[in-house]
Amino acid sequence: MRWRGGTSRRHFLKNCLTGVAILRASGKVPLLEASEQGTAAGKSRVVIARDPQLRDAGTTVDSNRMLKLLDRSVQAVFNLDNPTEPWKKLARPGDKVGLKMNALGGRGLSSNLQLIEAICERLQEAGLRASDIVIWDRDTDELERAGFHVSTGGNRVQCFGTDRVGYEDELVTYGDVGSRLSKILTEHCDVLINVPVLKDHDGAGITAALKNMYGVIHNPNKYHPNGCNPYVADVNMLPEIRRKMRLTICDATTASYEGGPGYKPQYAWKNNALIVSQDPVALDYIGWQIIERKRAEQGLKTLEAEDRAPRYIATAGDAQHQLGTNDPKKIVVVEV
Amino acid sequence: MSGEVNAQAGFPAAGETEIAQSVRGAFSCALDRRSFLKCALLSGAALSICDGAQPLVAMPLPAVPQKRDDSRFTVEAKFYQKLQNQKIKCKLCPRECTVGDKERGYCGVRENHGGTYYTLVHSRVCAAHIDPIEKKPLFHYLPGTLALSLATAGCNVNCKFCQNWDISQVRPEQVPAEYAPPKLVADLAKQHGCPTIAYTYSEPVVFSEYLMDAADAGHETGIRSVVVSNGYMQEEALKTAYGKMDAVKIDLKAFTESYYKDVVVGALKPVLDALVTLRTMGKWTEIVYLVVPTLNDSDAEFRGLARWIRTNLGVDVPVHFTQFHPEYLLKNLPITPVPTLERAKAIADAEGLHYVYVGNVPGHPAENTYCPKCHRVLVERVGLTAKQVLIRKGACPFCGQQIPGVWHA
Ligand code: SF4
Repeated sequence: MRWRGGTSRRHFLKNCLTGVAILRASGKVPLLEASEQGTAAGKSRVVIARDPQLRDAGTTVDSNRMLKLLDRSVQAVFNLDNPTEPWKKLARPGDKVGLKMNALGGRGLSSNLQLIEAICERLQEAGLRASDIVIWDRDTDELERAGFHVSTGGNRVQCFGTDRVGYEDELVTYGDVGSRLSKILTEHCDVLINVPVLKDHDGAGITAALKNMYGVIHNPNKYHPNGCNPYVADVNMLPEIRRKMRLTICDATTASYEGGPGYKPQYAWKNNALIVSQDPVALDYIGWQIIERKRAEQGLKTLEAEDRAPRYIATAGDAQHQLGTNDPKKIVVVEV
Repeated sequence: MSGEVNAQAGFPAAGETEIAQSVRGAFSCALDRRSFLKCALLSGAALSICDGAQPLVAMPLPAVPQKRDDSRFTVEAKFYQKLQNQKIKCKLCPRECTVGDKERGYCGVRENHGGTYYTLVHSRVCAAHIDPIEKKPLFHYLPGTLALSLATAGCNVNCKFCQNWDISQVRPEQVPAEYAPPKLVADLAKQHGCPTIAYTYSEPVVFSEYLMDAADAGHETGIRSVVVSNGYMQEEALKTAYGKMDAVKIDLKAFTESYYKDVVVGALKPVLDALVTLRTMGKWTEIVYLVVPTLNDSDAEFRGLARWIRTNLGVDVPVHFTQFHPEYLLKNLPITPVPTLERAKAIADAEGLHYVYVGNVPGHPAENTYCPKCHRVLVERVGLTAKQVLIRKGACPFCGQQIPGVWHA
């Protein structure tokens, strides 16, 4: 696809997006609360959108197909026909929107560039200014290694790591966690969209939606014992995270089933899918099952058998945390 | 992390004025933890500050600082084992983190680069002060002298009461630091009349490579080294790293595994083992026990601790029962009442320990050192100042009783 400015969308982002508002929102719509689900009867909807031709003739993801894949998945979450409408429910013009990606896996296994471009495009079409969108993770060098270019000024989509602005001095606590939050979250985001990668994790079992919030706190190294349980759930309970989180768009275009969280090509597979939900617990539960199926296909033991089942998912869904549901009976998986 | 309070983070203590004055006198500038090295060491000729900034890829960044080059702080770790798939197992502390490529261990200051493990904090000093040695506290080691005291970021446990959590519970890149290579540290100690370098404030276990090199540099110029540590360390690393120390202070945080698990996020047994190892090494060691109301202040614990020390280390090991102040994740508890500390001391005294002190209570008579035989005052202290030292040739001048410790430079 071509970008409106006459350059391809990919090229546009790489050169630090010039902030042309594509479409203006015609009026304010009520925003979805973080807890509001797009599914009736108290069930959580998890959408899996696939496109076997996503990469077509090579390894690079096709931008046009990615945009369509994103549209299909997000529209299915919100049950809406128009590709722009869901974004208007997530953020209003004037809001600052953070895309918390995962850049740990370098170019091989980080949040996909074309996916991030597509999200930025739709957000701008929903009336958001480019300069009000920030693509971020913990470390700027890691973002660059994942293929993103640093951008911190002008009328462009912003892109930088917390290392550039630091963490709040104040400690915030919940349960067993006491941490300082990234100033990107506290100062640059009114709305948080989580864009993790579906990966195996040697300590936690898997990492997807919930675990990606470790990139928001200053001391994630302290919360890896005991398979990250209950720490992952506790981190997600920190009020600023909980209040701002609107949607998880999990990049499962390339995923890993072993050897994670770093990129090991031998354990990664081209899955060509997005997993999208407003319930991070349900999303993680479904992501876990996908990884288990792949492991079985590869003749590997289950994570349970390896004593690294992601128990933090159940903790996140328990009565104390109520971050979502890990009960398969309460999850509706929609494949599109 | 060590129980010693970094001046910026801590509560006022007696002697603080004197410390501040002595420090200002030495460095001609008011010191706070973060500016110390910048203002003080720059005024000395020895330290070269180089920001090592890298050019930015895309845009000028008026509002966000540029990335620093951390390569000079990055030195291969000494205690680890290589595993398959570029993983390593750290053998420095009992946690034995298994760390994948590009990941860090629990302490946050050691990182795996392609199957080789590195410390990120060699010569990366984030806190430095000149303190009385009594502040460590070391009461039987060169009383009345000063120690050039320094720390890097990081800790291998996560005590809920940590007084210095803003440097111990952070990654090195999250706290301002300066480059202070070993020889510079030794030279500064000498230059400012400190017979000792003290590794303290955060947790020196995690900067073992640096303290070993700094101790070597110090010894070459006649400067000693002491460490203030949690003792949560593997035996081989302890022998190698703390073998270079002239004295050790261990924070024994409680006498139950449950406290170590819940409050410290560590384990008691390795610390007790470390104390025994230090004893067999003949290393001068003192013990601090921070008394936290309701959590580790029962008679049974005090008695169990005292008996264990008597049996395994002997009655001459100084034990300091110190006062807790609410901090970090334990703000809901009160300051330890002085009678609780006195109860702990009474129990330890009754169990036969010879040198039991009450700490963080300025002016308390149990800050003094008394002869265990004739009970006369041998070292009189007020807060962090040793006002009078009467010990002569390691003995009581009144009755001749040998007083264990390192009394003379
Ligand atoms: S020193 Fe650090 S990396 Fe090594 S085992 Fe201990 S906590 Fe883990």
